[in-house]
Amino acid sequence: MTIGLEHYLVLSALLFSIGLYGALTKRNAVIILMCIELMLNSVNISLVAFSSYIVPLLLTGQVFAIFVMVVAAAEVAVGLAIILAIYRGLTDIDANNINLMKW
Amino acid sequence: MGLAAAFWIMAVVVVVAALGVVFLRNVFRAALSLILCFITVAGLYITLSADFLAAVQILVYVGAISVLIILAIMMTREVQQGSPSNRMKIPAFIVAAVVLGIMIYTVTSTSWRIAAESPLSPTTIPLATRLFSESGFILPVEIAAMLILAAIVGAIVIAREK
Repeated sequence: MTIGLEHYLVLSALLFSIGLYGALTKRNAVIILMCIELMLNSVNISLVAFSSYIVPLLLTGQVFAIFVMVVAAAEVAVGLAIILAIYRGLTDIDANNINLMKW
Repeated sequence: MGLAAAFWIMAVVVVVAALGVVFLRNVFRAALSLILCFITVAGLYITLSADFLAAVQILVYVGAISVLIILAIMMTREVQQGSPSNRMKIPAFIVAAVVLGIMIYTVTSTSWRIAAESPLSPTTIPLATRLFSESGFILPVEIAAMLILAAIVGAIVIAREK
């Protein structure tokens, strides 16, 4: 059985759902950030799969994947800085207890 | 045949590692599981003949982002408390399962127009031509550089001791 585009897309959907479940349920803010990284990675897999199966000579999907990586790196740097700043103020990064901006 | 075997092995490893990120009690072990997931995704890029992206994945994710995440775990001392879940477990599971079902249904019921050509084999030179040529993506590359600069400055300002 040869590996087709659908295999990569289903694998990517599976990874995305696992990351979504983790991001919705976890209370540790670092784990939430890790689950978001997982979701970004699954999107990258599907972009590269589209690129190499549908437009193999244009590489558009791989260019998009590079930009997703850039944004993911910026996001994780700023996100972890925010988590460290919150931890310094509250000595806690439980997402249930961070409710300073809750109305 | 070898490619199919590699895909199935890496698919199983990546899904198990992703489940480990979500379900392991120890936060540090979850981070190690996430690193395994990143490395396996780089392997999946190689099976898709995206060699440059695999190298970038190893450099950026396995090299930089995982170090940042482990540093944050060390500095917040959350390892002992584990990674508890909130009360939304069942609704979140239903949402994730519905999203997964919709995506799998859409993927399997669409007839994709698979191109006849085989993908470019060393992708570094064509990728550089796409990214930096006049008719390519040079403006988004510049904007991405500005975004990275803003993120660096912002991270330093936010995380600095008062």
